[in-house]
Amino acid sequence: MTVTTASVPKIGRHFRIQWEEAQQAYVLLYPEGMVKLNQSAGEILKRCSGETSVAGIVDDLEKTFNAQGLQQDVINFVELARQQKWVDVT
Amino acid sequence: MTDLAEARLAEQSAQIGPPLWLLAEVTYRCPLHCVYCFNPVDFAKHENELTTDEWFKVLREARELGSVQCGFSGGEPMLRDDLELIVAEAHRLGYYTNLLTSGIGLNEKRIDALKEAGLDHIQLSFQDSTREMNDFLSSTRTFDLKRRVADLIKSRGYPMVMNCTIHRHNIDHIESILQLASDIDAEYVELANTQYYGWAQVNRDQLLPSREQLERAERITNEWREKHGNRMKLFFVVPDYYENRPKKCMNGWGNIFLTITPDGKALPCHTARMLPGLEFPDVRTSGIREIWYESEGFNRYRGTGWMKEPCSSCPEKEKDYGGCRCQAYMVANDPDAADPVCDKSPFHGRIVEAVERAQIAGNPMQVKPLIYRGPKESLQLDRPF
Ligand code: SF4
Ligand code: SF4
Repeated sequence: MTVTTASVPKIGRHFRIQWEEAQQAYVLLYPEGMVKLNQSAGEILKRCSGETSVAGIVDDLEKTFNAQGLQQDVINFVELARQQKWVDVT
Repeated sequence: MTDLAEARLAEQSAQIGPPLWLLAEVTYRCPLHCVYCFNPVDFAKHENELTTDEWFKVLREARELGSVQCGFSGGEPMLRDDLELIVAEAHRLGYYTNLLTSGIGLNEKRIDALKEAGLDHIQLSFQDSTREMNDFLSSTRTFDLKRRVADLIKSRGYPMVMNCTIHRHNIDHIESILQLASDIDAEYVELANTQYYGWAQVNRDQLLPSREQLERAERITNEWREKHGNRMKLFFVVPDYYENRPKKCMNGWGNIFLTITPDGKALPCHTARMLPGLEFPDVRTSGIREIWYESEGFNRYRGTGWMKEPCSSCPEKEKDYGGCRCQAYMVANDPDAADPVCDKSPFHGRIVEAVERAQIAGNPMQVKPLIYRGPKESLQLDRPF
């Protein structure tokens, strides 16, 4: 299954994303481990609530950051995140 | 001058990252008697456990500094009847909480309370608590108990993460261990060879597997992976005695790990309290910030400045930071030396000797009785390792 604009990503069952003041970054926490996310990864992942489609996420990001043409980047990242099991995609 | 000194200090602490990982060893007490236990051999002397409120203070102060992963271990952490309270506080503060347990004492009531407290993850370890090594996995009593606990863990929605310490006396049962892991539906399985600290160091010559045993176990693990795919993620950890470069111990001294012992000592690693001539701070009298950035105990082996030859001029020094200080102390009798696992160490021969002895089947060192971890033995031996 590949990620499309209609896919709905949701943070994986044993993962948690949160803002860490000390690291000035979003981190992804999981059993006995942690990934520090760069800004764009953090902004995408925190929108993976299971309630918004990739299209919706792209929309929101483009509005928030006053940007355009983010769709392919978001799709690529969600695909990567799915392979890492950071998100489940439906 | 003072300004300059202060500026330097500020610069230094800016380079030292936060203690991202907090290991809370809430008790040294344990109902089991593992011969490879990593607790200090003289654990029975350190009975003065931190209170619930003292743990709250540790959690709060470490969190302020940026700690975010929190492990609860021991001993057997379930022996603290305030564990639920401590976990709840950790959760409230924003930690990701991990419980490392043998499963003993983890019943329905307590797992519900822990879940309610916000516990994120449980790692179940398999021990051989029986005196009959060969019955290790056939001991139906242990098996049933583990199985019940494993079911309980799964039923509450936790991933099944199983850990089994491997050594000379159980490594040949690797198939049964894998089968057991598969039966309880484990998602992650860590087959970690014993590391020679604490009680495992006392019993080292009886626990070190032979090269042949290791190769067989690794081969079977690989075959299992091929046959069963990725359903169960398997990690096989070889003992560092069989390597010629040391591990990057704790990912660097005072770099990301902070351990608090049951009696309130703050350590860069859970075995570091054995090191001579180093006073480690006490959380009852010092704050975590001061401990992490300013104490002698944490600064002594930070970075590479403390090194001597062969490490100080070694091109690999940033890669492994000279390996483990405790191993240097135990094997080379000098905590400032290169980890003797490194073949550049003048004491590497001592590791080679132990490995060579492990190849001899009927070696008398290996038939010497194993010493089981226990409070009586601890007081009798009365030494750090
Ligand atoms: S290694 Fe064994 S004896 Fe030591 S604390 Fe763990 S379960 Fe208890
Ligand atoms: S000499 Fe020291 S720094 Fe170099 S590889 Fe060996 S242990 Fe590491």
